[in-house]
Amino acid sequence: MSTTVSEARPSAPGFLSEVLYLSRRYPLGVAGALIMVTFVLCAIFADYVAPLDPFSTNARSSLAKPSEVNLLGADMMGRDVLSRIIHGARVSLAVAVGATVLGSGIGAAVGLACGYLGGWFDLIVQRVTEVMDALPLLVMALVITASLGPSLRNTIIAIAIPLVPHVARVIRSNVLALREMPFVEAAKATGMSEMRIAVVHVLPNTLAPLIVLATAQLGSTILTEASLSFLGLGVPEPYPSWGRMLSESAAEYVRTAPWLVIFPGLAISLVVFGSNLTGDALRDALDPRQHD
Amino acid sequence: MAPVLEVSGLSTVFHTRRGLVRAVQDVSFAVNAGETLAIVGESGCGKTITALSLMRLVPMPPGEIAAGSVKVDGTDLLKLSDNEMREMRGSKIAMIFQEPMTALNPLLTVGNQIEEMVVLHDKCSREVARKRAVEMLHHVRIPEPDRRAREYPHQLSGGMRQRAMIAMALACRPKVLVADEPTTALDVTIQAQILDLIGDLQREFGTAVVLITHDLGVVAETAKRVVVMYAGRKVEEAPVEEIFARPYHPYMQGLMNSIPRVGSARGLDVAPDERLQEISGIVPPLNDLPPGCAFEPRCTKADARCKTQRPELATKAPDHIAACWLA
Amino acid sequence: MTQPLIEVTDLKKHFPIKKGLLRSTVGHVFAVDGISFSINPGETLGLVGESGCGKSTVGRVVLRLIEPTSGAIKVSGQDIVGIPRGELRPLRRQMQIVFQDPFSSLNPRIRVGDIVGEPLMVHGVGNKQERAERVAKLFNRVGLRPSQMNNYPHQFSGGQRQRISIARALALDPQFIVADEPVSALDVSIQAQVINLMMDLQQERGLSYLFISHNLAVVEHISHRVAVMYLGRIVEYADKKTLFASPQHPYTEALLSAVPLPDPTLRRTKKRVEGDVPSPIKPPPGCHFHPRCPYAEARCKVEPPVLREIGPGHQVACHLR
Repeated sequence: MSTTVSEARPSAPGFLSEVLYLSRRYPLGVAGALIMVTFVLCAIFADYVAPLDPFSTNARSSLAKPSEVNLLGADMMGRDVLSRIIHGARVSLAVAVGATVLGSGIGAAVGLACGYLGGWFDLIVQRVTEVMDALPLLVMALVITASLGPSLRNTIIAIAIPLVPHVARVIRSNVLALREMPFVEAAKATGMSEMRIAVVHVLPNTLAPLIVLATAQLGSTILTEASLSFLGLGVPEPYPSWGRMLSESAAEYVRTAPWLVIFPGLAISLVVFGSNLTGDALRDALDPRQHD
Repeated sequence: MAPVLEVSGLSTVFHTRRGLVRAVQDVSFAVNAGETLAIVGESGCGKTITALSLMRLVPMPPGEIAAGSVKVDGTDLLKLSDNEMREMRGSKIAMIFQEPMTALNPLLTVGNQIEEMVVLHDKCSREVARKRAVEMLHHVRIPEPDRRAREYPHQLSGGMRQRAMIAMALACRPKVLVADEPTTALDVTIQAQILDLIGDLQREFGTAVVLITHDLGVVAETAKRVVVMYAGRKVEEAPVEEIFARPYHPYMQGLMNSIPRVGSARGLDVAPDERLQEISGIVPPLNDLPPGCAFEPRCTKADARCKTQRPELATKAPDHIAACWLA
Repeated sequence: MTQPLIEVTDLKKHFPIKKGLLRSTVGHVFAVDGISFSINPGETLGLVGESGCGKSTVGRVVLRLIEPTSGAIKVSGQDIVGIPRGELRPLRRQMQIVFQDPFSSLNPRIRVGDIVGEPLMVHGVGNKQERAERVAKLFNRVGLRPSQMNNYPHQFSGGQRQRISIARALALDPQFIVADEPVSALDVSIQAQVINLMMDLQQERGLSYLFISHNLAVVEHISHRVAVMYLGRIVEYADKKTLFASPQHPYTEALLSAVPLPDPTLRRTKKRVEGDVPSPIKPPPGCHFHPRCPYAEARCKVEPPVLREIGPGHQVACHLR
């Protein structure tokens, strides 16, 4: 029934104390966020962080083991693995962020429309999304890149499209629930227009689940990009891509030069792991049903 | 005659991020067979945690029963092992909750759930248990009990679900029934039926009932003794007529004065349309209690001593104790 | 005699039940099935009943938050049912609502000062400065501090949140407020605070309330007139004293008899009514109450009773009275 809550958390604590509070409460989430931030920084400042030029080939260093010169070894063309991984972060994150933003944005708009318009529009869109949801993300992305041709832009599109139905369904159910909430009814009672209610009251309350969803999706988009590139259908040369690094080396060199497989694989795993941790922690943190 | 339930110095705390929450502090009471003890208070007073502590259903961590004893028929439940306590639940002490929909398993039929109880404690065959389950449903006045036994909780109305929960709780004839706001979520006509039912079953089985509620009307109609709790402590205890006639603690007085009464035109001594007496302020947070009397910030009679010294329970009249310096 | 502020005539709301791929209508929920009442300026009409009786729906239909299936709703003599939705806005200034749940009736992501000021913004009242002043005044009036205007809802207790809801309802200076179980989710000692506040406001501003509740004691305290609902219909309608002193309808009797009184010395004869409340999808024929009525006769099963006046200002829908 009623829970009489007396004055709760302070409304505006200092930044540092907030960070400390967060790291005590969500240690895994903060760890995940740190991983993500590290990769993002690598991606942005790749030119400065990478010790060597990722594109320059060097026959003498071909298949060099990890050493002082090549910290994580060199590939069959003598290119430095570490530098390629750092630059690869750019591609992976660009695709991941691009696809996630595109897919979530369109998905949210569709979900909002379905939740508000209802009727035939909703019915048809629902059936379409159900069909799309039944197909695996990778398969759909494959089909799209195969038909559009491999390029950075097409990879982003190919990964964004399967995301749309997924996001749309979540947003739609959120919108439907929010529309029944008393505070929305109260806004109606004051004479607010539906459009304004949607923007001022409903949308902000869907943003939280949307952000959580998007962050969680980040990991799977990275995996999908890696898979696509591995199959040769993703991002083409000259961009270094972790997935392609794996495909170039996995079959032939896994026993002779394992560092070519281990480190890109590790990079993929870490980023996916980091995004999942962050997504989980965000979901818990933004959940209004928190008790002490 | 020795009381069937004897609670002594019960203290339950919670270890939270915001510090130690003293949900229940040094609570003692006793209930005889066939009698009802009501524990009254509002949210945050600790009555639900008290009920859960009796059943040892408090999640540990973060909860911890820090002190005290809970004796049912002489056996201290707090000293038992987990297995032994599981034996006691249902057979010696049972509980019914406010929201029957969450207390009943939605995936099992009502009959099944009662059978489980019976098989577990009476160690009889399924056949016998099934018969007992239908009998119990009949006992709690559910029409067509054999049909209902095969239905799922969502197919029953709120009142019937509550009856089913009572059937489950009393199937093995426990000595003590703990009822946590059993009728708060029900319509008033259904509430009356359920309270009557509990009373009748109590007379038939001789069960001791601990009734947790915030509704003084329910207390007046069903309880023999009343314990008033505030901010985790017992602040008053007396037989029901005595406490309604002469409440000593200002909180209880405030409660009684702040509820509107039905029937101002029916001879009760209340003037219509007068302002309800308010208790200003709100319940203090249990992790940050004031040093003196917990009610002092809201009390109209408080003086300097109340702010610094917490009053102990003292006898104010025969069989009537209250914790107040000024009563 | 003053013209009633609110006059509702034969109001009905039937919700269609849609099933199947093509969403065809297979039945109706007869939530509100022919209700008539009136509320004078400065008065409170208490609407009581148990779950499923339709009282909450009545509240929303009167404000046209839900569209009525049929019937008339007159506000200050003007029938608002026929008005197209787009033109309703100016009327909304006169009628507002306060909800039951203090936790979901305020948008958790908006500051409470903005929540209370929103109606003023929607209707273009004053500039930012003036609105802020008005909100501060409202906060004071409902017993909160203007310094709390920048806080978020979760920082307040249940009782305080109800006060914020009341402040929001008052922002446009309405004449009529629908209060849908405004104190049911609050602790008893807080209920008194909010009830007193609402009654004080009524005195000061001449407000009218439609006070919807299942709590008979509270309704008796705050209302001038009371209507008892059962399965979408009003079964008894009278001024407060008459209804509570001499209820005529068997359901009203049962309701009053069922309310536990905080006086252990009273041993009343309890007129218990058996069974559960039937569903508003398939209400019993004739008088809806006949399956549970201890006095039901053959006529009651067939013929729905009409609300008739049996005394000055006292109406009952029962064949036997």
